[in-house]
Amino acid sequence: MTDLTKLTIAGARDAMRKGDVTSAEITAACLSSIADAGALGAFVHNTPEIATDQAAAADVRIKLGDAPDMCGIPLGIKDLFCTKDVPSQAASGILEGFKPQYESTVTSQLFDAGAVMLGKLNMDEFAMGSSNETSVYGNAVNPWRRGNEDTALTPGGSSGGSAAAVAADLCLAATGTDTGGSIRQPAAFVGITGLKPTYGRVSRWGIVAFASSLDQAGPMTKDVRDAAIMLRTMCGHDPKDSTSADIAVPDFEAALTGDIKGKTIGIPKEYRMDGMPAEIEKLWADGTAMLKDAGAIIKDITLPHTKYALPAYYVIAPAEASSNLARYDGVRFGHRAKLAQGDGITEMYEKTRAEGFGPEVQRRVMVGTYVLSAGFYDAYYNRARRVRALIKRDFDEVFADGVDAILTPATPSAAFGLGENMDPIQMYLNDVFTVTVNLAGLPGISVPAGLDAQGLPLGLQLIGRPWEEAELLNVAYALEGAAGFVAKPAKWW
Amino acid sequence: MSIDTETARRVAKLARIKVEDDALPALASEFSAILGFIEQLNEVDVDGIEPMTSVTPQRLKRREDVVTDGSQQGAVLANAPDAREGFFAVPKVVE
Repeated sequence: MTDLTKLTIAGARDAMRKGDVTSAEITAACLSSIADAGALGAFVHNTPEIATDQAAAADVRIKLGDAPDMCGIPLGIKDLFCTKDVPSQAASGILEGFKPQYESTVTSQLFDAGAVMLGKLNMDEFAMGSSNETSVYGNAVNPWRRGNEDTALTPGGSSGGSAAAVAADLCLAATGTDTGGSIRQPAAFVGITGLKPTYGRVSRWGIVAFASSLDQAGPMTKDVRDAAIMLRTMCGHDPKDSTSADIAVPDFEAALTGDIKGKTIGIPKEYRMDGMPAEIEKLWADGTAMLKDAGAIIKDITLPHTKYALPAYYVIAPAEASSNLARYDGVRFGHRAKLAQGDGITEMYEKTRAEGFGPEVQRRVMVGTYVLSAGFYDAYYNRARRVRALIKRDFDEVFADGVDAILTPATPSAAFGLGENMDPIQMYLNDVFTVTVNLAGLPGISVPAGLDAQGLPLGLQLIGRPWEEAELLNVAYALEGAAGFVAKPAKWW
Repeated sequence: MSIDTETARRVAKLARIKVEDDALPALASEFSAILGFIEQLNEVDVDGIEPMTSVTPQRLKRREDVVTDGSQQGAVLANAPDAREGFFAVPKVVE
């Protein structure tokens, strides 16, 4: 069998069960693709020995007939997930040399199901960024290019390494995390599927925390079916995460019928932004037409507080980050600054954090410190939390009104060039369509739906009701089928 | 709101991040831009709206008040930049 790395999870699962191919063969093919793909900057810690051992163990299970869906599937793991004895540094200098003595719940569930870890994937430092330019490892690079240009483009962020690795067929799928769009935006920029589950669906235990009320891990895959398969293994109640929901996990793959007749799809008018590129407008209109053709009822809806989602996010996320990142002080793990004669513990903290955190992380920690500080807590933090309540109420009302899912663009543009977008606030606008979903705790999925004039992929986002990922995936499956996106980046790396 | 260099210095101190004096003006100007962006929130009428604490209406779960884990001194200290005799070592805290 040729091109084993191009297999989907479902394709590999079925081929392995039939005995047409082994996990060892697929894993070896992925490891060889990774070795040739240094120019993408996607994998930052390779674990070929672990991969080879896990693949061998998976092949035994498959032979014995004890093989869950993810058994033998080679994955890339975002560097935000703590993996036992393997460097896990959230792409930050402050966690240099950190090797967790424990395994995150998500990765342990994946590995218990037989999945194979190829290595750790690049990302923005502490998941703070929308272009993968804040990583201590250097940029991850999008495998796609504009026309015949060789300008290096961003794979998006923060799960930029995950996106690049899946799009370039270095792994069959990858884990991502999404605090404001960090799965969906990069998925759209590289032409893959990215799913952010309902807040509480997937345990956050052992995932380096950025903003705890917003963070949620999810799958980044080659298609919607794979997202359904991988999500099921990642989900489930975890007593170690007090916000993890104790509810049943459905068979998401079984829900993929493609039948969305009679479903109501909301089109929110507030997502039609001034200055939105015509290509994005057209993509959105095309997607709407596809769902309508598939039998869905299209309904114009209003989410009046949409405009305030980004400013609310840029209070709440830094506030939570400043608190979560207080643990990086040079005492228990990671980097400690060299101290001068007479330096005390305060100098140790201040120098360690100045050396260990990159500029964007420092900026956000300080903004968070400011909005939580005495005298500003009510004016900024409490006001943002009130606006957040209104944003969630907008969605509650639309869903109560009978809307089954909401269709929006995933990003305001196609992937931009690395280094082209340096203003922090301009950068924050990348998440304008995705961040509402995190504030409201809803599931959202980005599906590749077309190419722009320069041949770069564009994605559409579907937003679902809380806990109804199965239904959301089915609508996404119908959209995917209608869009028929099959383009791949031409190999230059 | 415009942030001055003194405020930037104070915030850096509170955040326990060393910022050199010559970097403070640029930092203050970045803060001002970001806070200017955030100030759009003042346009929203939030009267009578409770600040959201949790996106799901569930009460935070509480576990039994029992020891679930322990006796892992080696694992706890394994990543410490400086550990001695079973403790984390830091510069002198008390004079």
